[in-house]
Formats: sequence, structure tokens, C-alpha cells
Amino acid sequence: MKNKSLKLALLGSTLMATTAYAEDVTLTIESWRNDDLTLWQDQIIPAFEAKHPGIKLVFSPFAPTEYDAALNAKLEAGSAGDILTCRPFDQSLGLYNAGHLADLSGLDAMANFSDVAKSAWQTDDGSATFCVPMASVIHGFIYNKEAFAELGIEVPTTEDEFFAALDKIREDGTYIPMAMGTNDQWEAATMGYNNIGPNYWKGEEGRLALIGGTQKLTDPQWVEPYVTLARWKDYLGDGFEAQTYPDSQNLFTLGRAAIYPAGSWEISGFNTQADFEMGAFKPPVRAANDTCYISDHTDIGIGMNAATENREAAETFLAWVASPEFAEIFGNALPGFFPLSNAPVELQDPLAKEFVGWRDECESTIRSTYQILSRGEPNLELETWNASANVVRGAESAADAGHRLQEGLSNWYAPHQ
Amino acid sequence: MNRPRFRWHIVVFLAPAVLVYTAVMIFPLFNTLRLALFTEIDQTRVFVGLQNFETLFFDPIWSEQFWNALGNNFWFFLIHMLVQNPIGIALAALLSHPRLRFAALYRSAIFIPTILSFVIVGFAWKLILSPIWGIAPSMLDAIGLKSLFAPWLGKEEYALTTLALISVWQFVGIPMMLIYAALLTIPEEILEAGEIDGITGASAFWKIKLPLILPSIGIISILTFVGNFNAFDLIYAAQGALAGPDFSTDILGTFMYRTFFGFQLQLGDPHMGSAIAGAMFAIILVGVCIYLFGIQTRMRRYQL
Repeated sequence: MKNKSLKLALLGSTLMATTAYAEDVTLTIESWRNDDLTLWQDQIIPAFEAKHPGIKLVFSPFAPTEYDAALNAKLEAGSAGDILTCRPFDQSLGLYNAGHLADLSGLDAMANFSDVAKSAWQTDDGSATFCVPMASVIHGFIYNKEAFAELGIEVPTTEDEFFAALDKIREDGTYIPMAMGTNDQWEAATMGYNNIGPNYWKGEEGRLALIGGTQKLTDPQWVEPYVTLARWKDYLGDGFEAQTYPDSQNLFTLGRAAIYPAGSWEISGFNTQADFEMGAFKPPVRAANDTCYISDHTDIGIGMNAATENREAAETFLAWVASPEFAEIFGNALPGFFPLSNAPVELQDPLAKEFVGWRDECESTIRSTYQILSRGEPNLELETWNASANVVRGAESAADAGHRLQEGLSNWYAPHQ
Repeated sequence: MNRPRFRWHIVVFLAPAVLVYTAVMIFPLFNTLRLALFTEIDQTRVFVGLQNFETLFFDPIWSEQFWNALGNNFWFFLIHMLVQNPIGIALAALLSHPRLRFAALYRSAIFIPTILSFVIVGFAWKLILSPIWGIAPSMLDAIGLKSLFAPWLGKEEYALTTLALISVWQFVGIPMMLIYAALLTIPEEILEAGEIDGITGASAFWKIKLPLILPSIGIISILTFVGNFNAFDLIYAAQGALAGPDFSTDILGTFMYRTFFGFQLQLGDPHMGSAIAGAMFAIILVGVCIYLFGIQTRMRRYQL
């Protein structure tokens, strides 16, 4: 008798446990953003779970450099999480083509994003979108407000004003006009060429024409940014050839340099390092009243593992990621990583606010080499690093650089052959 | 019949070393060579024979990088042979001088960099030579030679030589120790016999000691050759995978790393990477064979 009741009790508790388990779906999120772990645990996950009882979230990040290999291994083994954080362009496209990322084109919330925002996670023909755009980084220049006030310099809006300001800082001699080095090469390409370039090739218009094969890297709009970049040489610090990326950051935050060609991801670091007031200005246009273009580069997306068993819950979560609520939390917790949704987001950080404000005044584009064009050998992105650094050092002329890059691209890319 | 018993204990004692060595060295080596004969088309691996090597040597995009890296590698090796080994021998000769005081201290001090990690050496030297924070410019300034300073690691014409000299600084202890050990084995009687014949001081070194340590110098040369053609760490730690400026410090190791594992937007290509690794293996093999059959067999040895 006693034995039987025990059995019943056990059976009952098992049943209850199973039903409770079936109600609570747990979604695991794979990510490389281990820096953001506390942000997810303290802000994003509680906000989501409060609105969607029954869905639990687990954020399980890897170190950035290990993410791709680890994710691939887990996907092959079938043990990857339900939600995957997406790298932009070919890495994610490869996962989609291999059947690991689900097609999200049908998700209503996708309407919250512009075409440029979605371009990083679409098939080449744009027919399928497989990740929800999460954040982008914007290029521009961060400057030392105190230095500008001290020297009586106005924030430059045109290229002539920009070089006039640089001349003035150099003549005064207190500050290094601009903090950038060529040792790590990518600074010259990312913070140099792709920062000022969109004003020359008219953003998306030029980028898409280059992909379509109607414009060439030897065309003036693609070579002239190099001509301008070559002029930077005289305004960089002594021995800039051996100056590394951390050197440049330190030169600026220690107050030794007045202008820093930047990406918005620097904001939170600079806020803690620099004890002077900072401002930002967008890449100067060539002539007053020209339309301005900014590089608003898509960097992080989030998608669904095609093999997930919790498809419905995952879609609920992704729809929430696409909502203004998520954008508000994310944008404020990580100043400098800007939500991509069309809904207006109120940011608190003044510097981040300046950056994101340019979206209303200027046309957005992404870095020219990231979509499709860096698939072949030689790799156009790495060639651009090399060419930009060479041009800044004065080791290669702008025309030669354009010629060499075009030759490399024609070597493998059919629309340019 | 009195057949000798098979000596099982030899097999048993050899087994652990053979198994471990096979698993971590021999198998990966042959698998890498095998991988070089394949390529990937539409996510499946296809056998293509020697096509990867043909691409590496004859496709201008690849061959230009390959010859550049190989040339840089030879320059790297040449600097070591011309600077590291003579300095190592000279230091050993000084250290073995019987009247030198604090010899043990010097010996340790010179040898210590050898046991440091490449990453530390690369980082430390990058800071020393940094035009912004480094002590090299201020030290030169203090003796009024500031004009001699240049951002060496950032200049195409100096970067590789600078890195080679950093590597020499790190490894000069190895030839020093080997030669020092060889010098210590030379019996006093020979030197005393030479002294009676009037051979003293420097000429004793050139006429007696140097011929006797020649086999050690040969070994050091081949160790330097193998080490230099496998080099990677220092360049990667100091200049990154792109081996800047403008590939002027690119050696076979960094070229292989970039190709095999990919870098930034360039996806990794294990097959071409293996082809480069295969070429490195062949170069080292040829170099070692030239030494073993061409030089070592002809070297005169003296019974001491």
C-alpha cells in the first residue's frame, strides 16, 4: 500500500516536471561578443523574459577569434544553439548555403530595416535574408574639443576646411594634427579610404556600380580618395610608419593629437580613457552643400539555426530583436554600436548621438570591399589595406594603386573581365 | 637450432616515443603533403594532383608572393649566418678565456633571451624601437645622434633587417653555448704543445681551436637554416599576418599562415596552404641534404 502511493507520487511528480519543461522553452544564443555577456545577462535577457514568459534565454559566447571554427564544428555535430550571431557577408552566406541558417525573409519584423542594413545578410540576388541586422558602426573623425577651442578652429565641413584646420594645428605645433599610423595597415584602409571614400563614389551608387562592373577602380571617383589620403602623410605624427593602432588610440586619448580618424566602436573606450571633451565630425564633403555620404557599416546580425526544434520561440525572439525596444537597450548599453532598425532610437551618449545623427543628414553606405568583391584571389580587402598604407607612406602613387587593385579584381571577377 | 631470441624489450621501450612521434609529427607531415594534392570545389574535396604547386610556382599572383617570401627568407638566413654565428663564436672564445672574470654571469645573461617567448621579444622590441614611446629615440637623442633614428620597423628597406637582428639578439646564445662546449673539450695538452711551437693568443684560436670546432659550426649552420626557414612567430608578433610594410617582411611561414588559416575577409584555403608547407618542407630537406652529403662527409675530423 505504502509502496503504491509512493509510486503514484513519483509518477505524478514526473508528469508535472515534464509539463513544466514543455512549457518553458530554452533558447541558446551563440555569439562571439563575450565582451557583452553582462549586458545580455543584466539587461537584454530580463527585458525579453519579462515580456515573453515561457521562453528562457541562455547567452553563450566564445572569444571572437574562436567563434567561427567553434560554431562550424557545433553545427556539423548538430549541437549548436537555436540562435546564431551572424558575421556580415560571406561567413554567414556560407552558413546559409550549407543549410545551417534559416531563411527569415518571411519575418514581418524585417520591414523595420533598410535595404543597406539587410545587404550584409542576403543572398547575392537579394531573394533571401537570413539574419536580423543588429548593429552597425559608423565612420567619421573624433576631435579634441579643447584643442580646437584653444587654437580657434571651427569644425570642418568641407575638404578645404579640413586641410586648413590640419595646417593650423601643425603650424601651432602643440598637437599632432592627426593620430593614425600605417604599421597595422587596416587603419589606413578602414579609417582612411573607406571613411572618406563614400563622398567620392557617392555611397551605394558607386559601390553597386563597382559590383555590377560599370565602374572600375581606375575611375576617378575610386582613385581620388587615394590622392586625398596621400596628403594626410604630412599631418601624421613622427615615425607614423611604425605607429600601431593602440599607439594611435593612446596618442589621441592622452591629448597629444587633435584629430582621430575613427570608427564609432572607439566611443566607449575613449569615454573612459580621455579626460577632455570630445566631438565628432563626419567625413568632410568635397564642395560646400554637396550631399554627404557616410560609411554605416553593418557589423552584427542575428539568425536562426535551421535545425532548431524551437522554431516558433526563436522567431518570437528574433521579432523582438528587430523591435525598437531591443534597439533602445542595445544602443545605449554599447555606445558606438548602432541599432540598424528604422525606428528612431534615443541615445544618451553625446558622442554616439553625434555619430548617429549623421544618418538623417547623409546617405548611408557600407565598406566598398565587403560584399562579393573580396571572394577571390587576390583578396580585394587585403589589397586595399596594403594600397592605402602604401599611399599614405608615399610608397605608391594613387593612380598606381588604383591600377593594381583593378588588375587584381579583373583577375577573378567576371563582371570586370 | 639455437635461434637468437627476439628482443621484445627493445620494441616495448621504443613504442611510446615512436607512437607519440608518429601521432604528432609523422602523420601530420604526410597528411599535409597529401592535403596539398586536393582542392575544394563546391564544398567537396577533389583530387587535383600537382595543380596547387603549379598555381604556386606559375600563377603570377601566387608566384610573386612566393618568391618574395623565399627571397626574404634567404636574407633573414644570411643575416643570421653573417651576424649571429660569428658573434656567437667570438663570445664563446672570449668566455672560454681562462682569465675572464664573471664568465658564468655573462654566459647566463647572453643566453636568457633564448628562453623568452617570441611574443615577449617581439613586443618588447617593438616598444623599444617605437618612435612614440620607445627608449631608442631618446637614447640616440642623449648622445646627439637623433638624426640616425628612423621608424625602422615601418620602413620597407629596413624592416626585415631589423627583425633579423632582433632574432639574432634573441638566439645568439645558442651558437655561443654550443661553441663554448666544443672549446671546452679541446685538451690543454694540444694548446700547450702549440705554445711550445710558438703559437699563442689569436693565432692559437685560428690555427688550433677553429679547425677543431668546425664540426660544431656546421651543426650550428644547419640548425640556423632549419630554424630560419621555419620562422614565423617573431614576424607575426611584430608585424602581423600581413607582414608589412608592403610585404617586405613576409617570409614563407607568414605566407603559409595567411593562406592556410585565412585572414580578415580572406577565407582560409587549407589546400594551397598545404602546398606552401610542402614547398617549405622540400626547401629545408634539400638544404639539410646538401649539408649532410655535400659538407659533413667531407669535413675533416681530428681525434682528440
